[in-house]
Amino acid sequence: MGRATRRSPHAPDLAVTDIERYLEPQQYKGLLRFITCGSVDDGKSTLIGRLLYEANMLFEDQLAALEADSKKFGTQGSELDFALLLDGLTAEREQGITIDVAYRFFSTDKRKFIVADTPGHEQYTRNMVTGASTADAAILLVDARKGVMTQTRRHSYLVSLLGIRHVVLAVNKMDLVEYARTTFAAIEDEYRAFATQIGLGDICCIPVSALKGDNILTPSDKTRWYQGPTMMGYLETVEVDHARLERAPFRMPVQWVNRPHADFRGFAGIVTSGTIQTGDRIRVQPSGRESRVARLVAYEGDLRRAVPGQSITITLADEIDVSRGDVISSVDAPAGVADQFEATLVWMSDQPMLPGRPYWLKIGAKTVTATITHLKYRVDVNRLEHLAAKRLELNEIGVCNVAVDRPIAFDPYRENRDTGGFILIDRLSNNTVGAGLLHFALRRSQNIHWQATDVHKQARSIQKGQKACVLWFTGLSGAGKSTIANLIEKKLYARGLHTYLLDGDNVRHGLNRDLGFTDEDRVENIRRVAEVAKLMVDAGLIVIVSFISPFRSERRMARALVEDGEFIEVFVDAPLAVAEQRDPKGLYRKARWGELKNFTGIDSPYETPEHAEIRVDTVANTPEGAAEQIIAILEERGVIGSL
Amino acid sequence: MTLTHLQHLEAESIHIIREVVAEAEKPVMLYSMGKDSSVMLRLAMKAFHPAKPPFPLLHVDTTWKFRDMYTFRDRMVKELGIDLIVHVNPEGLKMNINPSIHGSTIHTDIMKTQGLKQALDTYGFDAAFGGARRDEEKSRAKERIFSFRSAQHHWDPKNQRPELWRVYNCRKHQRESIRVFPLSNWTELDVWQYIHRESIPVVPLYFAKERPVVERNGALILVDDDRMPLGEGEEPVMRTVRFRTLGCFPLTGAIESTADTVTAIIQEMLLARTSERQGRVIDHDAAASMEKKKQEGYF
Repeated sequence: MGRATRRSPHAPDLAVTDIERYLEPQQYKGLLRFITCGSVDDGKSTLIGRLLYEANMLFEDQLAALEADSKKFGTQGSELDFALLLDGLTAEREQGITIDVAYRFFSTDKRKFIVADTPGHEQYTRNMVTGASTADAAILLVDARKGVMTQTRRHSYLVSLLGIRHVVLAVNKMDLVEYARTTFAAIEDEYRAFATQIGLGDICCIPVSALKGDNILTPSDKTRWYQGPTMMGYLETVEVDHARLERAPFRMPVQWVNRPHADFRGFAGIVTSGTIQTGDRIRVQPSGRESRVARLVAYEGDLRRAVPGQSITITLADEIDVSRGDVISSVDAPAGVADQFEATLVWMSDQPMLPGRPYWLKIGAKTVTATITHLKYRVDVNRLEHLAAKRLELNEIGVCNVAVDRPIAFDPYRENRDTGGFILIDRLSNNTVGAGLLHFALRRSQNIHWQATDVHKQARSIQKGQKACVLWFTGLSGAGKSTIANLIEKKLYARGLHTYLLDGDNVRHGLNRDLGFTDEDRVENIRRVAEVAKLMVDAGLIVIVSFISPFRSERRMARALVEDGEFIEVFVDAPLAVAEQRDPKGLYRKARWGELKNFTGIDSPYETPEHAEIRVDTVANTPEGAAEQIIAILEERGVIGSL
Repeated sequence: MTLTHLQHLEAESIHIIREVVAEAEKPVMLYSMGKDSSVMLRLAMKAFHPAKPPFPLLHVDTTWKFRDMYTFRDRMVKELGIDLIVHVNPEGLKMNINPSIHGSTIHTDIMKTQGLKQALDTYGFDAAFGGARRDEEKSRAKERIFSFRSAQHHWDPKNQRPELWRVYNCRKHQRESIRVFPLSNWTELDVWQYIHRESIPVVPLYFAKERPVVERNGALILVDDDRMPLGEGEEPVMRTVRFRTLGCFPLTGAIESTADTVTAIIQEMLLARTSERQGRVIDHDAAASMEKKKQEGYF
């Protein structure tokens, strides 16, 4: 270990005797969260290990375990391999790489630190973004032998995108370039020029050797030409963002309405920016109702004032409607309210982002339905170029327009991370699939209102003696959708009912002529058809839709457009082998020959319905039998009367 | 006014607890009577003040806890007026599981891991708060604050949801559940400083006192009751000891110490040379043992 005796962790001095006096300032230490970025070989984990070691944050048993691990898995010969301290997952230790964000903690007399160690490879962009989302500062590592690399630029861009305002460029492995000043200066100049270009402000460049410990805790003898702070010195003194947030307008997303009894109604949440005191006038958003702060209730007794980062409970002077997800803002400078935005999106899922597909969007404590209405461009993070794109794949970043199903309160992300950052959640898997940074509201959303009409859907339905609804036929090509749908329409027509049949092929001749068969075009195809079906339901019709509609999420979107009970999903079920054998249009044969791309069932998936209202088996049943089965169910559900 | 690190940690934990309660259908807080549990319970009291926390506590009892812990548990529940559910794995009882005979691996699996799964399934809890901290152990350092478990309670470390800003995705399918760790970003020292600042009551075993112990594989084991089998030549001796961590008494080693107040403990901690898990037999089994246990459903 290179030292005869080691001081214990935490304590600067073994001779601490007056514990109360020592503890007092320890309790008032500030907190700094930072992220480290760099590739596997730049020595990121080594740097953190070194910081922990130098700050005396490693315990004897941890060091003993590290020594044993270094012998077993280490890459540093007989030396301690600090990287092993951090790579906690078995797969990481076996492969010698960092897969996931690891959080580490250490403190000095001045600050407590939370370090997010994030993997460097491009395929882990989402992990880096995750770590960066809560960081106040970033340490970017470069190898002194290699200088600023493509990935240094990528990391810098992400750091800047996520709104980290303080960046250290740690020029590591100075020991391998003989601590040469010129090498360091060249890297520093190149980086500063680049940083200016992408709008990174506060930059500090430090020559270090994480392996040898140069300029980590104390200034190194080998870099006497360097006058700046050491790594630890920088971390202990860099200004964090709290002051800026305290000056910003007050925001508190309401997490929880606390109602222990009829006489108390408190609104609980974390202050994301600004300050609040009793008597302050506030506005509840998006409703716009206003009131005054009556009390700031706390366990220890009421507070007079609260600051950013505090979890508080507010009571108001007036009985106004406030629910979870609302934002309480200062009256003077309230948040924006809108339902369409421009935003940057970082995609985090193996399933691509497809414009038009509905997702859950969670911002603050509010969850709404959102769709990407337009993907403007994708950013090549290595070259910082804008590229045309129709979808976003895993780890890709793009700028897009987002529409949500009801107005939400928001701030631009660069002003407030908590009221400007959102996540997108897949509605089927429930996974977090995207991270979004709001830029601004789109004007158009504020000027278009739904026109209420006097003759409404119900009146139109009653006039026709039916209940308006959508009969949504889904199934493989050749399953028998069109045949059965056609039979149904004839039967309903014979009963004097009012119908319209939207057929997949027919719609593609006109309304959707511009769409092909890629995943994103299929999503858009269904979205348009679903919107048309919705208008027809509003007209009081029984709308029969016959579309392959292979994806569950789009069928779900179509369902969500109409009211409960108005959407009847009919799964026309035939095994692929049977449908392929029928092949009424010769399409399967073409697809098998490779003449037809993205054909459902062959090289594009069909997601079987899980909760279809009706399933017809076209192997066991004739089309006529299937149609009769469906008519009977429509009678049962009261969509049509019995004969 | 800038918040101190303890204020930051407190606010973050309260935010997490409120978020779970707002989104989960039936949350529960795991209660082990340890110092972390005591801090977590205080944070829950604060989060919903002046109301009581809108969830019960759950103690998955192995029946091998120190007697002081049971006394403390019953006292706290009574004082705070909150609901406590105690669950013991009935199969484990039938099998007469004894950590000294069956070893820590089997004991932990049957009484803790299986017991916990049974309790969550029996009561239909879909979110459970646990007091684990990321500084405890390497695989914990990689775990999210919201840790999703399959219907079989399995953890998939390679497939964790990204956690951005303060936005937590609490959505899950039927029968899936979430383990939530509000103290993720706390360290052992933070916990004691907070206990000190807030005057939070803790089990007296944390404080040094003369107690009967035997030395076993280098660990000082407290002879807590007559179920404790003594090996050949083992003779309990009185030593001034305390515990850094509390578990099942045959599995938890005491340390020699004279720290008999919270400040003395903090002072001792500032000078400590070993991490707290050293006293726990459970972690010595294998290098990746915790990751494996968690995948199988351990907290």
